[in-house]
Amino acid sequence: EFRRFSLERSKPGKFEEFYGLLQHVHKIPNVDVLVGYTDIHGDLLPINNDDNYHKAVSTANPLLRIFIQRKEDADYSAFGTDTMTRKKNVLSNVLRPDNHKKKPHIVISMPQDFRPVSSIIDVDILPETHRRVRLYKYGTDKPLGFYIRDGSSVRVTPHGLEKVPGIFISRLVPGGLAQSTGLLAVNDEVLEVNGIEVSGKSLDQVTDMMIANSRNLIITVRPANQRNNVVRNSRTSGSSGQSTESSLPSSTPNILGSLLQGEEESDEEDIIIEDSGEPQQIPKATPASESIESLSQIELLHESTQNGFLPSSEMNLNHSTGSISMEYEAPEPGRKSLEEDGTIITL
Amino acid sequence: MRRFLRPGHDPVRERLKRDLFQFNKTVEHGFPHQPSALGYSPFLHLMAIGTRSGAIKLYGAPGVEFMGLHEENNTVMQIHFIPDQCQLVTLLDDNSLHLWSLKQHGGTSELREEHRFTLKGPPGSPPSATQVTAVLPHSSREVLYLGTESGNIFVVELPSFRVQEDRTITPEAVLQRIPEDNCNRRSCELVEALREHPKNPDQILIGYSRGLIVLWDLQNNKATHHFLGSQQLENLYWQRDGSKFISCHYDGSYSQWPVSSDNRQSEPLENTVPYGPFPCKAISKIYWQTTKNGLPYIIFQGGMPRASYGDRHSISVIHGSQQTAFDFTSRVIDFFIIFSSDPAAEFDDPSALVVLAEEELVVIDLKSAGWPAVHPPYLASLHCSAITCSHHVSNIPLKLWERIISAGSKQNIHYSSMPWPIDGGTNIAPDPPQRDLLLTGHEDGTVRFWDASGVCLHLLYKLSTVRVFLTDADPNDNMNTLGEDEWPPLRKVGTFDPYSDDPRLGIQKIYLCKYSGYLAVAGTAGQVLVMELNDEDAEHVVDHAEADLLQDQEGYRWKGHEKLKTRDGPVRFEAGFQPFVLVQCQPPAVVTSLALHSEWRLVAFGTSHGFGLFDHQQKRLVFVKCTLHPSDQLALEGPLSRVKSLKKSLRQSFRRIRRSRVSSRKRRGGGGNASEVQEANAKFDQDVLQEMELAPVQRKIEARSAEDSFTGFVRTLYFADTFLRDSSRHCPSLWAGTNGGTVYAFCLRVPPAERRMDEPVRAEQAKEIQLMHRAPVVGILVLDGRSTPLPEPLEVAHDLSKSPDMQGSHQLLVVSEEQFKVFTLPKVSSKLKLKLTALEGCRVRKVTVANFGSCKTDDYSENDLAVLTNLGDIQIISLPFLKLQIRYPCIRKEDVSGIASCVFTKYGQGFYLISPSEFERFSLSTKWLVEPRCIVDMPEVTSNNHVHKSGTENAARKSSPGDCGEDEKKSERLMEHALLNDEKVLKEIQSTLEGGR
Repeated sequence: EFRRFSLERSKPGKFEEFYGLLQHVHKIPNVDVLVGYTDIHGDLLPINNDDNYHKAVSTANPLLRIFIQRKEDADYSAFGTDTMTRKKNVLSNVLRPDNHKKKPHIVISMPQDFRPVSSIIDVDILPETHRRVRLYKYGTDKPLGFYIRDGSSVRVTPHGLEKVPGIFISRLVPGGLAQSTGLLAVNDEVLEVNGIEVSGKSLDQVTDMMIANSRNLIITVRPANQRNNVVRNSRTSGSSGQSTESSLPSSTPNILGSLLQGEEESDEEDIIIEDSGEPQQIPKATPASESIESLSQIELLHESTQNGFLPSSEMNLNHSTGSISMEYEAPEPGRKSLEEDGTIITL
Repeated sequence: MRRFLRPGHDPVRERLKRDLFQFNKTVEHGFPHQPSALGYSPFLHLMAIGTRSGAIKLYGAPGVEFMGLHEENNTVMQIHFIPDQCQLVTLLDDNSLHLWSLKQHGGTSELREEHRFTLKGPPGSPPSATQVTAVLPHSSREVLYLGTESGNIFVVELPSFRVQEDRTITPEAVLQRIPEDNCNRRSCELVEALREHPKNPDQILIGYSRGLIVLWDLQNNKATHHFLGSQQLENLYWQRDGSKFISCHYDGSYSQWPVSSDNRQSEPLENTVPYGPFPCKAISKIYWQTTKNGLPYIIFQGGMPRASYGDRHSISVIHGSQQTAFDFTSRVIDFFIIFSSDPAAEFDDPSALVVLAEEELVVIDLKSAGWPAVHPPYLASLHCSAITCSHHVSNIPLKLWERIISAGSKQNIHYSSMPWPIDGGTNIAPDPPQRDLLLTGHEDGTVRFWDASGVCLHLLYKLSTVRVFLTDADPNDNMNTLGEDEWPPLRKVGTFDPYSDDPRLGIQKIYLCKYSGYLAVAGTAGQVLVMELNDEDAEHVVDHAEADLLQDQEGYRWKGHEKLKTRDGPVRFEAGFQPFVLVQCQPPAVVTSLALHSEWRLVAFGTSHGFGLFDHQQKRLVFVKCTLHPSDQLALEGPLSRVKSLKKSLRQSFRRIRRSRVSSRKRRGGGGNASEVQEANAKFDQDVLQEMELAPVQRKIEARSAEDSFTGFVRTLYFADTFLRDSSRHCPSLWAGTNGGTVYAFCLRVPPAERRMDEPVRAEQAKEIQLMHRAPVVGILVLDGRSTPLPEPLEVAHDLSKSPDMQGSHQLLVVSEEQFKVFTLPKVSSKLKLKLTALEGCRVRKVTVANFGSCKTDDYSENDLAVLTNLGDIQIISLPFLKLQIRYPCIRKEDVSGIASCVFTKYGQGFYLISPSEFERFSLSTKWLVEPRCIVDMPEVTSNNHVHKSGTENAARKSSPGDCGEDEKKSERLMEHALLNDEKVLKEIQSTLEGGR
């Protein structure tokens, strides 16, 4: 049901008061609810404290659309990037949660209270040495903020060690999105961009690919610092780790399939202005019915946070950094590759 | 579902693709870049040109072309045809000799390298001992005499290249018969020239650099005559009857020497300095040609007075009292004379002088009075003035074709009517299937019309836009104003003139409507000219309008060049395309896009500031639209600020290099002891290394934002009659795409023909699409109800195309540098897309719709998009489903100018510049293929008074089996590679590109 009421923009008051007002307006005084609003980018964002409440009121122009959900059957995944524009059925999910048969989430904290800026995805299918990072770019306020360069890395192949050209992150812009996530670091080797391998591509090609995908950039890196790797409980076999790495290229296509499809639909939409009227998003000529991938991305995020990052001291796989020693008995799974940047080789 | 319909899984489609697409680089048009050697076979009537990149190209009758490439990519120094053979020998600057032969294979002749050879001296001898300076293929066709820097003349067998050491002519042997008081060992250093006696093959004339000339008897192995020149020798030439020879010298003199059996040591008959008495430059080559009337032709290169004309590149022809010094705009590489090749003929009777200059080929008719130039049917200097743009029009109607040719023939009246004298070989290629025009725009404001139908790119007509404007250069400034008594009698020849009077005149965009003969040309200073073909000379006023593209935007200052001043009053135009409307954009920025609709009589133009529409029937500006983003300061200020900063940074980097060099030298000089120097060097190297490490090549990853500069730059303009507003009524529309990913659509109201002059054309903005990925829009296209692209204006009226389907719904295809997107019309909703950059990291540079016909059946053809990416790949993408069909690597990705210059034809061919003067032609189609197919037959050896005459001519005819087509292709590729490896070329290309921006 819809309610329309006015607020004084200059004096919004506190969140508690607003919450009370909502409960009053809707005559639901004792029901716990989640409050959300749509921001200028069309995202559904939560209101649960003074700060985001003030932010919401200040961005209203002049209408502020607020969505209220009962807390027990709320769909947390509805919040986040492009949620309103991506598909109409998110809204309908929010409005009619009964139609949407879904297992309720296990809520650990409230990551959904915030807009995600980045996430580690596909942890279950990637070798431990790799990390797939998704950067969410909103509007134009915060730059992606990183640089890439050419370099060479050493790979283990059936013919022994082989030096192959690679693409590396060369610099992070302070205050940029990449730096603020903490998931990318200087000298990380870039392996894939949105599911496409970068091997054999030039620096300029990779640059163009990243920029073309900048709205929804998914990069797979081999972090230069391997201490913070996600460690799985299935660390049973060192050899399997090895095989994962070597078989990575062959396993990418299936990952790619799901990724691409997800990307296909979550792509930004162009804007059309008809007869110099209001700008509108261009609709799809053939409406695609899907809603799962976008949710699954966030679920993956949950999983990864559940696994957590283990403290580095325990899992210090890196020994004798900087010393050039070619003998390694490979006790560490997935650490089969030497990495070289410039003249220093890190084992 | 779509995922399963990936391309490459349908066998029927795969088969069809094989019938439709095929990639070939077919022929190189234009003038070879950096030619270095010239050869001619009077027997085959073939000319050979070698280049600095190791290519060798043979030309005969129009359409007869062969090309070969030395693997070494070294400069070709000399080319010598083997007498009476289909063979030639080349000498490279690495001192290697290569034997090439023309062999017939599969009905056509092919040029193949047979052998290679490098002369080796005895162990321990200096390299100069075997450095070849002169090559003489003996008329016996069995041996080659090689004169060297050491003065030795080696004899090698052909074709095996086996050195016959016992026959080597050593300086010692030569000196034996010469009195010692005149000569010593040093006189025989460096063989400058070797010439076989024209009548007696057993005698050869040897010219040494220091002036000694010896007539050597091959039978008896001794010098029969010797001649002592006082000057450093440059070259030798026998008279036809063998009674005299000519030597030319470093001091600009030439001497005539008699050869008679009784006189052993002789003085020159005559010693002349033609341009004396003041010191003159060397005469490097000379011909003495006898004629029936007794007056010889003396033709020589150089010899100009050193002080006043030492910088001229000249070839002088003296015939009796007539004397002309042909003055070339670029260095003369070499020249030859075409004369009677019949050995029985008593006189030479020269007919033509063929000069290879660095930038062009000039042929002078020596038979006609005044010695006019001959218009070459090939080897056109495309770069007479630098090419700034090109435009291709396929299938020209015969009427227009004839009118252009007739306009061009009026321009060519000063050329000789002599048939092309180099006429060897037979062109067996089928006649070109249609008439194609390639239009090139040049820096000097001219547009050249080339016949691009066949193998020979031939200039039909040259159009100059300069007359419309007032420029600093006086149009009456004639190079040939020298009076009768001028000395030396210089005469400018050739067309190569790289100096542009005014860079603003440069042509940037061309659009020709082949049905109406309307031509729109746009240039660097925002000028747009609309022209009409007129078969007569005419004098008229060009209507002039100004389009203020900034309109209401205030407070901007254009810091670029000024607009061109126009001529007041009527201007006289020669027959051909005559301008009748001039629109000048304000600010006068480079015109970046142009479209002409000859049916609606509208021309649209765009710059970095916006675009406008002009009604050239009513001569009225319909509207202008400013596309500038308020924050885009760079576009407003003009190109200057950018150039400045670039120059500055270049200068800085040069300074840095110089500084580092100086400092390293200082260190080296200052340190007395070696280890110190070494240390300093090591430290320096380390510093350099560190510096390099500190600043690696890196790229910023940043999403494009609306604030990027040059977003307003109009990249493409397109006229379409489609459903813009509603699905029931279609109307004329104008589409514009910008660098910032915006597409504007304007609804046009063009009054019907009977009221065309009474009612104004109206335009109203109907749509604006902002692509969220903000990549530059490089192509806009509307597909009709059958998903075929809308026809060109007037195409339907001329019954050359089916009228478009106006029943079904139209679709809009927007091609950005990164994506292809299909939208529905009139309600814009996205239907399909292909994200090229996101998936492959390459960007679209050029895109055209091309029609591909099947080579199997005549009745099947389809339209596809031909796309060139920034990596130099060519991709074919199907319409309307946007599926990648096939991909071919075509241009090296470093070759930016090649990629920028590429132009596609409507039938799946294309051209791109492989050097400033050469277009490579390629074909993507199995059906439309223009490539040289020619055959060279051994002419019958006519009455020959040579002693050595064997039946070996036929040996060359035996075609060797084996596939050489592939080799040739490979070598073509290598050729291109070689050109681009040349650092100088790359720099040049870069500088022109940067200048162009």
